[in-house]
Formats: sequence, C-alpha cells, structure tokens
Amino acid sequence: MASTFDTVAGIIAETCDIERDTITPDSHAINDLGIDSLDFLDVAFAIDKAFGIKMPLEQWTQEVNEGKVSSDEYFVIKNLCANIDKLVAAKSA
Amino acid sequence: MRLEYFQMVDRIAALDPEARLVRTECRVPDQSPVFEGHFPGYPILPGVLMIETMAQTGGWLVLATLRFAAMPFLIQAREAKMRSFVSPGQLLHGQATLVHDGSGFAVVEARLTSEGKKVAEAELRYRVVPFPNDTLRAQMLDTARRIGVAPTHFPEASGHGA
Repeated sequence: MASTFDTVAGIIAETCDIERDTITPDSHAINDLGIDSLDFLDVAFAIDKAFGIKMPLEQWTQEVNEGKVSSDEYFVIKNLCANIDKLVAAKSA
Repeated sequence: MRLEYFQMVDRIAALDPEARLVRTECRVPDQSPVFEGHFPGYPILPGVLMIETMAQTGGWLVLATLRFAAMPFLIQAREAKMRSFVSPGQLLHGQATLVHDGSGFAVVEARLTSEGKKVAEAELRYRVVPFPNDTLRAQMLDTARRIGVAPTHFPEASGHGA
C-alpha cells in the first residue's frame, strides 16, 4: 500500500505537471514547487477523493492569513501528509 | 434566457441538494444581439454560453446546498464538449450533479440536452467564497425566487445553517 507521501507526491506530479523526483517531504507546495491556488484546488480535490476526506482548506488558509501559523504547517509536504493522516484517523475513529 | 444579461436559467425544474441534483430549463431567445455576430446569417448559441448555462445550472445547486451562505464562482471547465449547434428558440434542459463539496471549492458534472439528445457536457469547478457584498447576495436571492428555487432552500428557512 502506498504511503501518504507517495500518494500525495503522485497526485501533485500528475496534477501540476511537476517531475515526481523533484517532490520531497521537505518541499513547500507553493514556495518550492510553485503550485498556484487554482492548481492547489485540483490537488485538494484529488487528495479528498483519494483519502475520502475533506481537507479544511478554508480554515488552514485563514489561520495562515491571520498569522496564527506558518504556511509551512500546511503546505510543506511532510506536514500536509501528517495533517491528511490525522483527518483519515479522525474519520475512522 | 436573456443572453445580454447573462440570465441563462429560466426555471428550476428540480432541485434536491440531498440527492446532489438540479435540473433547469433554458429557452434560447428567438432574437438577441448576440446572434448578430454569432453568426451573421447563421445564428447559433456560442459554445461559451453553453458552458455558462451549465455553470449557472450547477451554481444553483451549490448555492442551495450551502443555503446561500457563500457564492460559487466558475474557475475551471474540464472536458467541455459542445456536441451540436443550438439555434434561436431551442429549449435546453440543464442537469448538474454535485461531485464534490470541498472546503472552499465545489465540483459538478453538468450537461445540456435538447429533445432528448445531449448537446453539451463538462466538469465544472467553482471557487466558493463568502458573498463579496450584500447587493450580490440580495440579487441572487431575488433571481432564485424568480426562477423557482423553493423557499425551503433559502437561508431563512434553515434551522441548521450552511
């Protein structure tokens, strides 16, 4: 079974036409990979479908815009994967 | 339809947010300035207006699903196909199903049919954001009443928010 990172990296590579090998756990989706907001919605849709979740993008964006958290918290890939794992676990609980 | 005002949907024929389904009726006008240019001597509905008709059809479903708490703006049309020409006076039946209700976005699959034949189809994506002002929200509610959105879908009928 593919890890969360493998699945997410595959989605980003396919959705955003980014070389898979350039995507690492420490990559920042926006700052390093250059994913814009429209493409990120495509990524979010694919992640929601793949994991059967609803990523709370509005809440995350609001927290970043209000300066409550760094964008790294949600948009560095390893952190994004950790948040996805939490949502999957919460759904299964 | 009033093409010049982007009023594409004449009537809501069915709207069921729980079933994630909307059906609309859209009568292409016999005359419109649009047809003077598209095309001289051969008037047909522009394909972009077919997409807009599908987008508005799906948009009413998203609005009703959210009980008008936020506004869907079209941001993407995928796999759009215009399968046949649409002429003045033709009646189009719109249908859309909500594929995904995401956080701040929504995805629908929409199509137009006429006389039982598929005319156009597309997967449409919307960014869903708070209404930018009260004027737009009031206008959308007025339009909803005019085209027959049932009062049960309006915010004042809601006991459980969006």
